[in-house]
Amino acid sequence: MKIQQVLNILNGELICGKSELLEDEIDYGYSCDLMSDVLAYVQNNVLLLTGLVHPQVIRTAEMLDIKAILIVRGKKPSEDIIDMANERDIVIIRTTHSLFTASGLLFQQGLLGEEIAHDEIHL
Amino acid sequence: MKFTYEVEGNEFIDAGVASSKFKTTLKQLGLPSNLIRKIAIAMYEAEINMVIHANGGEILAEVTPTKIYVRLEDHGPGIPDIDLAMQAGYSTASEQARTMGFGAGMGLPNIKRYSDHLKVHSEENVGTIVEISFDIQ
Repeated sequence: MKIQQVLNILNGELICGKSELLEDEIDYGYSCDLMSDVLAYVQNNVLLLTGLVHPQVIRTAEMLDIKAILIVRGKKPSEDIIDMANERDIVIIRTTHSLFTASGLLFQQGLLGEEIAHDEIHL
Repeated sequence: MKFTYEVEGNEFIDAGVASSKFKTTLKQLGLPSNLIRKIAIAMYEAEINMVIHANGGEILAEVTPTKIYVRLEDHGPGIPDIDLAMQAGYSTASEQARTMGFGAGMGLPNIKRYSDHLKVHSEENVGTIVEISFDIQ
């Protein structure tokens, strides 16, 4: 799914990201407020859906080569966070939907979830 | 090639700056992106640990033709039981660490998973040295 489609499906607000970045494809979605778990479980090219608004969300995305972040529940990132994302070519989209609803709307349109391999970490 | 980074303690906003800089360097050196990603994740987890548990420290990163070596040294409280800290889900992180999405007890297990070699030396009230390395295939 293209990042532009995520924007359209959720009727979201584009917070940052050049127009050419919206043409990039994402393969899966991963919904999580816990960055520890994002770092532990994301293996693929995902859209990160989160209600956490903190600079460490951008850094986590940077380490994992995540191209786009969808901020749910209508939360607003600060200018510092937006600058960090712009410097790293990371798209931020905002939606007033809850994490569950935003995930559901994207899933309904064919975006599958990142499947996690618990056995590797022995949880 | 050797690189050194100072990590500030309790600067939760800046935690990860060293990992970000080293990742940029590795990209400039043209290493494979899968390898860079593994290094970035493991080093970032270890850097976050230094900030939230040990009031910062120093990082030495070394690139050789056959491996990438990263050594993180802090002068924090030390880890009383390393085996326990290695267990997924075990955490002693503060509430402040949790507000930025950390403290789930996944750090050390994740560092082990992404690195090719991991050594943790720790002494109570002296500090901790975490050494991680990655083989270049």
